[in-house]
Amino acid sequence: MAHPADMKTDPMVPVLAQITRKHMEIPGVVTFEVEAPGWTGFGPGQFNMLSLFGVGEIAISISGSCHDTDRIVHTIRDVGAVSHALTMLEEGDTMGLRGPFGAPWPVAGAKGRDVIVAAGGLGLAPVRPILYHLLANRGDYGKVTLLYGARRPEEILFEQELGQWRSQLDLDIEVTVDHAAPDWHGHVGVVTTLFPSADFDPDNTTAFLCGPEIMMRFAANALTDAGVGTRDIFLSMERNMQCGIGLCGHCQLGPHFVCKDGPVFDWATMRPLMSVKEL
Amino acid sequence: MAIDGLEKIVGGHALFAGLGDAFLSTVSGCAKNVRFAAGDYLFHEGDDAAALYLIREGHVGLEIAAAGHGRMTFQSAGPQSVVGLSWLVPPYRWTYDARAVKDVRAIALDATCLRRKCDADPALGYEVMKRFMPTIVERLHNTRLQMLDVYGTPS
Amino acid sequence: MTLPVVIDIKALDQLVQTLAKDRQVMGPVRRDGAVVYEEIQGVDDLPRGWIDEQEGGHYRLKREGDKLFGYTVGPSSWKRFLHPPKQTLWRAGGGGITPEPIAEDRFAFLGVRGCELAAIQVQDKVFMDGPYRDPHYAARRENLFIVAVNCTRAGATCFCASMDTGPKVNPGYDIALTEIDGGLLAEVGSDAGGAALAALTSRPATEADLAAAAQGIKDAEGQMGRKLNTDGLADILKDNPDHPRWSVVADACLNCANCTMVCPTCFCTTVDEVSALDSDEVSRENRWASCFTTEFSYVHGGAVRPGAKARYRQWMTHKLGTWWDQFDSSGCTGCGRCITWCPVGIDITEEAAAIRGEGG
Repeated sequence: MAHPADMKTDPMVPVLAQITRKHMEIPGVVTFEVEAPGWTGFGPGQFNMLSLFGVGEIAISISGSCHDTDRIVHTIRDVGAVSHALTMLEEGDTMGLRGPFGAPWPVAGAKGRDVIVAAGGLGLAPVRPILYHLLANRGDYGKVTLLYGARRPEEILFEQELGQWRSQLDLDIEVTVDHAAPDWHGHVGVVTTLFPSADFDPDNTTAFLCGPEIMMRFAANALTDAGVGTRDIFLSMERNMQCGIGLCGHCQLGPHFVCKDGPVFDWATMRPLMSVKEL
Repeated sequence: MAIDGLEKIVGGHALFAGLGDAFLSTVSGCAKNVRFAAGDYLFHEGDDAAALYLIREGHVGLEIAAAGHGRMTFQSAGPQSVVGLSWLVPPYRWTYDARAVKDVRAIALDATCLRRKCDADPALGYEVMKRFMPTIVERLHNTRLQMLDVYGTPS
Repeated sequence: MTLPVVIDIKALDQLVQTLAKDRQVMGPVRRDGAVVYEEIQGVDDLPRGWIDEQEGGHYRLKREGDKLFGYTVGPSSWKRFLHPPKQTLWRAGGGGITPEPIAEDRFAFLGVRGCELAAIQVQDKVFMDGPYRDPHYAARRENLFIVAVNCTRAGATCFCASMDTGPKVNPGYDIALTEIDGGLLAEVGSDAGGAALAALTSRPATEADLAAAAQGIKDAEGQMGRKLNTDGLADILKDNPDHPRWSVVADACLNCANCTMVCPTCFCTTVDEVSALDSDEVSRENRWASCFTTEFSYVHGGAVRPGAKARYRQWMTHKLGTWWDQFDSSGCTGCGRCITWCPVGIDITEEAAAIRGEGG
């Protein structure tokens, strides 16, 4: 993982990254594989600043495997001007890329413990590197559970991959949707309804949560109610990130620069801040 | 013998865990084992809420239909959960359809029987009510979250 | 350590000329009814004989005496040069990205007050001491020569004494001046400062000169129009996000962002994409931004702080509270600009006292 001190160039200046593969995940969500000069890898949970010249720049988490040091994988949802323009790019096109930035998920700290990964909506993308890591080092961890909530069955991200993972006996995957047509045979309900049947030892569990803030709040509360420690629950926060290096000030959340000190924080740190409205 | 087995099953369900022998015996007097094949309906919207179901195995989808939207599942209920809350309040009528998504084994509690016993013994009534309240409140919270459509694309 | 000396105005002019040989000398000038910082050619450009009258939402210049540095601080601050309102980061065109060359500005600042030197040092921590640096700021900062001035007069919105930043400047200058009758007491703060001073005509300072300077600084301290009790303040602000006072101040606040623009420590920027109309060249620029705007906190779907109350709370809690967590210092140096240049005269010292539960 690149450390700021190793960076020889100005962290505000992007490199040109070339798209080697484009894949439509679900309507409005595209995964790109890109190659960038000078890339030395990333830690799960880190993000890059992606840009299209003349349009703008946005923070996008890395959704690929940190064991894959050549390809950089980003899953982007078309929600704003910049993300829209990015999703319109094709294989062979280039985009501006700087990074990786931010504090990664502390996967090493979860060694020897049960792991719960709970994600909602597009929040599955930033936690996918955790799952790749856990699968690559399966023996180092206890029971591993992925609980995933999506809006509708048609909006389940990485569905094929989820199916492959589900066929593995050492990984428990539960998917729920907010509403569905009757041909859906899976769970219907919010992601927290999956917690009671999840199998984990609360005294020896690390949880990684990613999704809309309100979903993470309820999920973190459900986990603490089940006995998981507030320092063993990690969340990935989203704020307006413009520089990615803690200098522009936009992403402040209480004393923290989300881009530099986060985006991954523990629940003990976030709980008091997330209970304040409009902080 | 059959009753003993039923009491064990009722007491083994999360809703009535730790209820106490006397109450359990009273409640179990209203209970019977039921099975639904995948695709069968437990009940339909508008029907009298004549029974409630403690799910033991399988999944039940709670569905509602609206013109232009077709049928939609808004909640699924799996093992250890309860299907049917409308039996608690007049006019005791279902407001949605409940359909077995997978083969379901459940305990059906006769609603009239259970209401009568609760009315006759307020202590039992209070105990039963306390056990239903968390499910009611949780459904309300979850519905609120679903209503926020948190995974939707902001307009 | 070099002993203090006394120089006259002519020698000060000579200092400006010497510094100007390989630097841009920036100093106070009177422009559009205010004292602002611009490039100066010599002592004649200084607002000699002008002082300022300041209050919440009020600033007027008037003639009084014949001091060079009788004014206190005006609407502009030195951050305009070190951390300019617009900084190009790179340009792209013809398929390549060209980083903006690292700034080669060599500035000398004349007339940096205690609160202002402290503000520069606060921004040093922001832009140079973290895991990432702003290379343009760092380059300008490393080339900077500072001629500080100890205040011998304070304004009604000044409270540097509460913030331990003045009226006597803390170390970090090259030369510090104190205006006394018959000249300027000059103290050396660096080797470069010592060398520059040694080249000037001067006389050794007498006990009387030192006493006069000390008295002037003491007078200024007594004239501070505002006070801020900083004792436990950071925690008080952080622990009171729902204090009713935030709503009171939000009702008055116009969200004009003046306070953040005049503040010498406010550092936030927005990264802007700029397309040239006459070519395919695009560039990216950092521009000053303000947490008082709703788009400042925008994430897809809306602003994190849509309410004026939340935005004022963010600014003040950051400035006086969470700044300590981030940079181990206060973000306020007591210059009073945010009070003077607030169109409705919102007073950070009064608001802090109110949240503390005093007066207000």
